[in-house]
Amino acid sequence: MIVLKDIRKAYRTGANILQVLKGIDLEIRSGELVSIMGSSGSGKSTMLNIIGILDNYDSGEYLLDGMLIKGQSETENAILRSKYIGFVFQSFNLITFKNALENVALPLYYQGVPRRKRNELALEMLGRVGLREWAHHMPNELSGGQKQRVAIARALISDPKIILADEPTGALDSKTSEEVMALLTEVNRDLGKTVVIVTHERDVAAATQRVIYLRDGLIENAHLDPRSLSTSMDGVTVTRKPGEDVR
Amino acid sequence: MFDREKWAEVLDSISKNKLRAVLTGFAVFWGIFMLIILLGAGAGLRNGFSYNFRNTATNSIRIWGNETSKPWKGLPPNRAIALEDADIVALKNAIPGIQHISGQYSVWRGQSKLQYGMNSGSYSIRGIQPAYQQLQHQRIIEGRFINEVDQVQDRKVIVIAEDCRTELFKKEDPLHKWINVNGIPFEVVGLYAYETGGPERGQRSPVYIPLSAAQKVFNAKGIVDDITFSFADASVAGAKRAEQRAIHTLARRHDFDPTDERALWVNNNVENVGTVSNIFTGITAFLWFVGIGSLIAGIVGVSNIMLIVVKERTREIGIRKALGATPANVVGQVLLESVFITGMAGWLGLVSGVFLMEGIASVVPGSEFFRDPTIRIDVAITALIALIVAGALAGFIPARRAAAIRPIEALRDE
Repeated sequence: MIVLKDIRKAYRTGANILQVLKGIDLEIRSGELVSIMGSSGSGKSTMLNIIGILDNYDSGEYLLDGMLIKGQSETENAILRSKYIGFVFQSFNLITFKNALENVALPLYYQGVPRRKRNELALEMLGRVGLREWAHHMPNELSGGQKQRVAIARALISDPKIILADEPTGALDSKTSEEVMALLTEVNRDLGKTVVIVTHERDVAAATQRVIYLRDGLIENAHLDPRSLSTSMDGVTVTRKPGEDVR
Repeated sequence: MFDREKWAEVLDSISKNKLRAVLTGFAVFWGIFMLIILLGAGAGLRNGFSYNFRNTATNSIRIWGNETSKPWKGLPPNRAIALEDADIVALKNAIPGIQHISGQYSVWRGQSKLQYGMNSGSYSIRGIQPAYQQLQHQRIIEGRFINEVDQVQDRKVIVIAEDCRTELFKKEDPLHKWINVNGIPFEVVGLYAYETGGPERGQRSPVYIPLSAAQKVFNAKGIVDDITFSFADASVAGAKRAEQRAIHTLARRHDFDPTDERALWVNNNVENVGTVSNIFTGITAFLWFVGIGSLIAGIVGVSNIMLIVVKERTREIGIRKALGATPANVVGQVLLESVFITGMAGWLGLVSGVFLMEGIASVVPGSEFFRDPTIRIDVAITALIALIVAGALAGFIPARRAAAIRPIEALRDE
């Protein structure tokens, strides 16, 4: 589903060039539930942005469902995004002046679905995340966990193949984190979506099938066993092989 | 553009920011309101002045005999020039494209007495030729004006205005009644509208009789006071040529220096109208300039606000892009919002301005300086189209900026 080959990406800030990704090779198969971990600055968010076609890359190849993502126009990118990818963000990114139903229905608007059909589908999706009664509430009337569930419903509404979640529990307490993770797991298991979660919380990563660990712009371990995280408080560092120091 | 969903998005966004939309729109409203008022005032001034010219053919020249000031071919200066019937014929043949020509012999009020039964009044008497009706745009209310037969047969007929009728006839029908003019009976054949003056201005109308009859009755055989004629070429140059041609013709006939400016009095209406018309073109241009200026201020305001809106909504636009909005969606949204605010506010300004001017026009009586200060429908439509275009222009830069927003930057958590 997602294939990255020697992806490199640098940011230029004034006179400085910051090499964020230094050659990423990665494959995520269809229907996988994976998490990406790494300290801040390791390039995990940048990688997620590239996978989500929100950002471009300097060199290498990114194949999405067998299609090379390179050099498409903004409009083509928008269409690809709306077809393949649903986003879930740390800060929810709901549109504040639209109610839950309208927020969930928004991706369908850009796909040209008529209003009545759109609202029907959105209500059904809200029901699936357990928020049917909250459909006409504004985001500021919802709790953090509810907001994130609305965001997940919004990500699912256009029936994408991939759900990309950037720190989905970053703004939530541990109990609601668990609920949100349970929902994402369910999305993966019952709907068969490929789910990629960027996180720095071990509990979150432990709930996924595979952990990809990034360090300083390179993949240090692409097949970390999540069970090794939940048992050890500093599982991540333990897995680091001695002597394998990164530039 | 006519996508219901898009409009719903725009209306939603505006209704969530009512105060801002109203304040932004007000600048445009005021701009177009002022433009309409200025143009209406300009139209009022212009209408007032053209009203003054309504009883004169604008392509006409009037010539009076005066007194020479230069010696010519051995003749001394200070000779009186008296125009005569033969001059009318000569001018008729000399002026190319001549349309109407009439000589005039006048008897002033002090020397006239009109009488019908016990009633009498004093009105200036004008002996004129039938073409005078066209030259002065005389409007007949009842009966007829002096005609060719009257002129040829020296018939004693008279055309009077309403003030004269009221004074002499009270409520009686004046047509085909005979009145004494300085003791000589004349038959009333017509009633005309006296439009250049009236009792409210302390003026009495003149009465019209055939030129031939006037010359006979007042013992002035062959003499005219002045000659008025109109011609086809109404351009300033054409009028100047006609004037020169007339002066040269009369100079040859009366033996005076054609460059002697005092031999004749010449009133060239084309030049008069041209001068006034130039002044008004200048005034109108100035009013447009000022009006458009205030409109531009309003539009720049919209553009400015839309820039702020885009800035404020960077995150929202980023979210929309991440959810599948294409750049065209985003540009369309901003443009539509801008056009909508500009269009609505402008339309309101247009309507209020037009209503105000119509109100003024119906309340304020027309005068020589100001009347009917309304703007024409084509001007209003032009203004409205200009508004829509302006709205699109105002939205263009902000829309471009919105389209350039990169989702990752918009969505970056602080």
